[in-house]
Amino acid sequence: MKHVGKEEGVRTTGIPSKEELEASPGYPNREALERGPIVVIECVQDIPCNPCEMACPKGAITVGNPITQVPVFYAEKCDGCGSCIPICPGQAIFRVDITYAEDKATVSFPYEFLPMPKKGDLVQGVNRAGEGVCEAEVLRVQRPKKFNHTAVINVTVPKDLAMEVRSIKRLKR
Amino acid sequence: MRIEDHPILGKTERRERITLKVDGAAVPAFEGEAIAAALIASGRRVFRYTAKRREPRGVFCALGRCTDCMMIVNGQPNVRTCVTPARDGMVIQTQVGRRGGEATHDLETENS
Amino acid sequence: MGKSEIYVVGGGAAGMAAAIEAARAGAKVTVIDENEQPGGQLFKQIHKFFGSGVHRAGTRGVQIGRDLLKEAEEAGVKTRLNTVAYGIYPGKRLGLICGDHTEEPASPIIILATGASENALAFPGWTLPGVMGAGATQTLININRVLPGRRALMVGAGNVGLIVTYQLLQAGADVAAIVEGLPYIGGYGVHASKVRRAGVPILTSHTVLRAEGDETVERAVIAQMDEKWQPVVDTEEVLEVDTICLAVGLSPLAELAWMAGCRFSYLPALGGWVPVHDENMESSLQGIYVAGDLAGIEEASTAMEEGRLAGLSAAEALGYLSVETAEARKIEVRERLAALRIGSFGGGRAIAKRELLRATCKK
Repeated sequence: MKHVGKEEGVRTTGIPSKEELEASPGYPNREALERGPIVVIECVQDIPCNPCEMACPKGAITVGNPITQVPVFYAEKCDGCGSCIPICPGQAIFRVDITYAEDKATVSFPYEFLPMPKKGDLVQGVNRAGEGVCEAEVLRVQRPKKFNHTAVINVTVPKDLAMEVRSIKRLKR
Repeated sequence: MRIEDHPILGKTERRERITLKVDGAAVPAFEGEAIAAALIASGRRVFRYTAKRREPRGVFCALGRCTDCMMIVNGQPNVRTCVTPARDGMVIQTQVGRRGGEATHDLETENS
Repeated sequence: MGKSEIYVVGGGAAGMAAAIEAARAGAKVTVIDENEQPGGQLFKQIHKFFGSGVHRAGTRGVQIGRDLLKEAEEAGVKTRLNTVAYGIYPGKRLGLICGDHTEEPASPIIILATGASENALAFPGWTLPGVMGAGATQTLININRVLPGRRALMVGAGNVGLIVTYQLLQAGADVAAIVEGLPYIGGYGVHASKVRRAGVPILTSHTVLRAEGDETVERAVIAQMDEKWQPVVDTEEVLEVDTICLAVGLSPLAELAWMAGCRFSYLPALGGWVPVHDENMESSLQGIYVAGDLAGIEEASTAMEEGRLAGLSAAEALGYLSVETAEARKIEVRERLAALRIGSFGGGRAIAKRELLRATCKK
């Protein structure tokens, strides 16, 4: 199977390109990533939507009016709490911590499939195209009632894949 | 295949277990669910055959508009199984053709 | 027993929202619905809605459905379920049938909120069991809680195709691929990203050529298309699937509006033939209102707001709301509607809706 289309971006492949992400005001720069756990917003289209703005207790995300504006992320205000992750209806918000260990980073992502992995499970980390790219260890699975059935899973990944891994391969039922 | 547990909808709430008779065979179902649901859960995909060319038809719209899921239920033909609730002991037959009025033929007789 | 002053045909998002507004204002409202339960498409929408707080963003469609039913009950809305409105006759008379019982009530106001039907796509083998509408798939997995098959091909990458693909995965099925005829994905990028992350390829400029199988779908043959939408030689690929879901658009269910004699306008951006209506959701016929997907294919949030507009306008027309009160409330609703009809996804609908307003003329 081959993807066709002149531009390779979210509109033609469903995956935001590196350029689209880096140009987006929701994407933290290298400096912000190096400070500690930080949120990464991968929402690059003008969809009328703003729950992320409401969710952040530190005011680190603004959408404003009209609500089709892409979220603007103020990295210096973000403490990596991740409250925004389960709220986003598009599941486009993640948290990355490249300072976790010498050679490992952690990635948190929203997840709505069964069976749910458990802490300690070794699973396959997948990139934005769903390709398995590494082994990942499950550090935490949060699924409190207030998340409204969306789990937030935190896994370790090789540090150089921190900005690639965005989910895990679904476990067998 | 039935979906017993679901990440958003949770565990499926079940009503009373009942039994349907479908082309002579016993098929388990739950009281009040759409007949088509019980049939699909039992692995059935062909619900009727068309009048002229005897081609198979199955669920298409699932909300009572397209008539592809029609079967003979308790002798009454043209019953839309996707919107008709299952009741214990219902006798259901694959419908072949148009069958107005009372159905007196079974599949073998119709095809012989 | 009081006669109904407003009959709402269709108890989905738009119809229930309309009934609630009108009943709260004091009108006697009856909702007609052909199903066992009202709620229309809402109970199939298990994903979180977009929009803003006032649009109930972040809430799942199923919860919004439950809330609407509760509000309708509290407001004193009567519902006639398992009842089909098969016709509409001069004098705003509806033809209703429930089981063997028929009646033809007339009322000063009818609000038509009959929703939409899925479009079909014909190709060799499309009549094989296993080929179905994407909405049908959604009904089977989210309402009936059964899997129509184990591995599906999705045709169409609009929001319906993308969302139902995701929901098939949640239900435990596999999706081999999404094929989309356009050279780009019509639905939200975030919905597409979710299914790409889950390993489902999205093939733009592709189509399904045929379905194959003995008595049911066993395989689908797909191919790439050129810029003239013709299959490209040597790009055929066989997918081992037992289900093919068609997500190729919706069209307003407009039979009653046609029958009544409402004026229509052809607007591709809204799904085709749409009954024209004014800013109050009143059609070209006095006393007949339209709301929701019937008035143009959009989404659940716009359906509810249009329903509210129709309900408020109907209550005002009957004298239950003063002009000032009604206008103030309607302005709020129109602002919320406008906020949903902007940007790359909503802007085109705003233009089409303005066309509808221009085409209105009272009879």
